[in-house]
Amino acid sequence: MDGIGKFLEMGGYAAYVWPALGLTVLVLAGLLVASVKSVRRREAELARLEAEAGRGDEG
Amino acid sequence: MSGFGALLRRDLRLALRQGSDTATVLAFFVIAVSLFPFGVGAERETLAAIAAGILWVAALLAAMLSLDRLFQADYEDGTLDYLLAAPAAPTLLVMAKALAHWLTTGLPLVILSPLLALLLNLPQKAYPALIAGLALGTPILTLIGAIGAALVLGARRGGVLLSLLILPLYIPILIFGVGAVEAAATGQGFRVHLLLLGAMLLGALALAPFVAAVALRQAAE
Amino acid sequence: MSARLHALANPARFGRFARRALPWTAWLAALCIGAGLVWGVFIAPPGAPPPEGQGETVRIIYVHVPSAWMSLFVYACVAAASAGALIWRHPLGHIVARAASPVGACFALLTLATGSLWGAKMWGAWWVWDARLTSVLILFFLYLGHIALTHAFDDPARGARAAAILALVGVVNLPIIKFSVDWWNTLHQPASIIRRDGPAIDAQMLAPLFLMIFGFTFYFFTVLLLRARAELAALRTRALKLRMLAA
Repeated sequence: MDGIGKFLEMGGYAAYVWPALGLTVLVLAGLLVASVKSVRRREAELARLEAEAGRGDEG
Repeated sequence: MSGFGALLRRDLRLALRQGSDTATVLAFFVIAVSLFPFGVGAERETLAAIAAGILWVAALLAAMLSLDRLFQADYEDGTLDYLLAAPAAPTLLVMAKALAHWLTTGLPLVILSPLLALLLNLPQKAYPALIAGLALGTPILTLIGAIGAALVLGARRGGVLLSLLILPLYIPILIFGVGAVEAAATGQGFRVHLLLLGAMLLGALALAPFVAAVALRQAAE
Repeated sequence: MSARLHALANPARFGRFARRALPWTAWLAALCIGAGLVWGVFIAPPGAPPPEGQGETVRIIYVHVPSAWMSLFVYACVAAASAGALIWRHPLGHIVARAASPVGACFALLTLATGSLWGAKMWGAWWVWDARLTSVLILFFLYLGHIALTHAFDDPARGARAAAILALVGVVNLPIIKFSVDWWNTLHQPASIIRRDGPAIDAQMLAPLFLMIFGFTFYFFTVLLLRARAELAALRTRALKLRMLAA
């Protein structure tokens, strides 16, 4: 237990090291999630419109 | 070349007839500079130490104030399409407009700067560096600004956008312009700074009109 | 090469390419970043204790240096894509530039934030006008201008063309900005600050650092492919809507 605690302390620099690592992971993950969401939303909208246009052409 | 002269005369005549751009830019320059003593205190030493920075930043912002209208009026009333279709090269068109802009805003700033330097208690021996630096630097501001002005034609909130685009590109000019004044004030030579500014001016003269012309053509497309 | 690039211009073909490449880039990114983080944070030794060394703060380098590298690399990608779009009229160029620019801005922001956290301990201040950090700050401004110009027009094609020209102007100016900032920084160096030269890199840190750099690069390609697909879909949606309105 002591080993983990000591590791987390980062030699007294925990307040600088962990935020730096955490912020990076957070921003990269957030950007990835946002990109995946926008692909899903836009490709779904396109598919819906194409289906609509296809129906329109037939009718 | 006659097209160049005709354009230059036309722009100068327009600017002189309206006269408001030059007056507004100069008024902005004076007011912006005279705000600083209220902000940092009126101690003569403090002001002298930061005079170069204040003058250059104010000159930079003042020159930018009028830039977003460099092509705007011609773009809106369709003159630009006509000018781009004319036989004179678009690069010459940009050169003529930039020269007219510098003569009506940059040059007056250079002439007025010693007076404002007096207000800020700039050391006497730094005056040549300030004037020479501004004389070399303000044409670069106009040339880079011409690219920005061409890019934002037809954009929403063009004026604010323009400052976002070109202020970061102005940083090298600011650094060497202020550097020249500071070197002169501390008794060092400022030739290197002026040479670097001159090199940047030549580079801007060679490249900026061409790039601005490309930007104008895509805006008119 | 150029023929193959032009083949990608076909949206359907690009879609197929993106779908096939995405799992590869995504897994490589996850693998490299995961391994690099574990190696860098848990296994690699810390720096020498201060004041000689940087102690545990050295671990910030594993995210700071790759972010800094990416902020430059992405700008180069934006400029190359813009050149492709302007000079060779490659239709994917505008899409790639538009998709990449916000990612680059994120990397620049991360560089500034992690640099500030590193400096808070080593310089004793949250922000120091260090030459490298200042250059990244200006690069961040260039990204902001590029993004703003891209979205400033009602017609996306206009915004794309203007932003492409701006990206090329920016890439020509970057070396000048870097040179002038370095010059300015050497003139205005306050003597009181201990370490001005930024993080020192030990030989033992190189392997995890390179893992992180590769991981960040693959991450960028993953996000770029995703965002380019989204941009393409948005463009086609817009075209379809215009056609339906006209009909």
